[in-house]
Amino acid sequence: MMGEDVFRLDGNGAAGVLQEIFAVEMTTASCTCEGCGRVSPVGALHLYGGAMGSVLRCPSCEALVLCITSGPRGHFIELRGIMRV
Amino acid sequence: MRASPIRWLSAEVLQIAAETPRVKTIRLAVPGWRKHLPGQHVDVRLTAEDGYQAQRSYSIASPPEEDGIALTVERLEDGEVSTFLTGELRAGDQIELRGPLGGYFTWTVERGGPLALVAGGSGVVPLMAMVRHRAAQASRIPMHLLCSWRSADDVIYRDELALLAARGDGLDVTHTLTRGAPAGWRGYTRRIDREMLLEILTGPDARPIAYVCGPTPMVESTATLLVSLGHAPERIWTERFGPTGGGS
Repeated sequence: MMGEDVFRLDGNGAAGVLQEIFAVEMTTASCTCEGCGRVSPVGALHLYGGAMGSVLRCPSCEALVLCITSGPRGHFIELRGIMRV
Repeated sequence: MRASPIRWLSAEVLQIAAETPRVKTIRLAVPGWRKHLPGQHVDVRLTAEDGYQAQRSYSIASPPEEDGIALTVERLEDGEVSTFLTGELRAGDQIELRGPLGGYFTWTVERGGPLALVAGGSGVVPLMAMVRHRAAQASRIPMHLLCSWRSADDVIYRDELALLAARGDGLDVTHTLTRGAPAGWRGYTRRIDREMLLEILTGPDARPIAYVCGPTPMVESTATLLVSLGHAPERIWTERFGPTGGGS
């Protein structure tokens, strides 16, 4: 089982950058996937990271929930679905 | 929900101890530290003289009952942060970190049990904070810890875990070695599988809380096996260590 599955982490691993952006602990917040309606804690989302930023996907249907692009001028965030803190 | 803006803290290295040839535990004094929960991590940031920065996440190994924090770091050959932390860092040095981070993968005695902890290699680190917290609280909550290692030389916290298990207060520790065992080894010598989970862990009827931490394939196969054995998915907490995230 190689490929991109090996690079999958948990949303919990993005706790630092999420707290930097939202100024609250986000991994225990719940979010609802726009794609399939699944409600998950942010910490349970699937995290895919790279040099440019991080992508958080629904653990059930892999739809994009949150995308963080990081650069010298800060973070750019794209949010889909519903987040309840 | 209380706002808790995050900021970088300056930590002083108090002591560095070798756990194995590749793994070291770094004790830090962190002025301004808020007490953490067992299972939480920190982000460590290194800045080179030319301003280049590298940042990685590391689980906290120590319980909240201790002053300061301890990080146990495995050296990865291509890890630009872990090679510095395990090779060049010395007592008295300062490093930047922020935390505690990640409320999702946490446990305290108030949450109860029984507990089923499963670790792959250095994935044992956040689970060790839970083990130590339970001991510091003199808790008797049943806790099974199953650790998978490549070889006997890779086992970390071995003596401390043996001492804690010998107390007979409900902690059981099992090691399995996946790439060969020394003469006289009487434990498991294979990857974690269905039979091992059945033999070691509290069964689903007792509704244990499971924490699984390690490399992504190991975490996912273990979580899948636990669900197939009847464990409730909402009582299984996972923390994947990947090549670019925690522990690199």
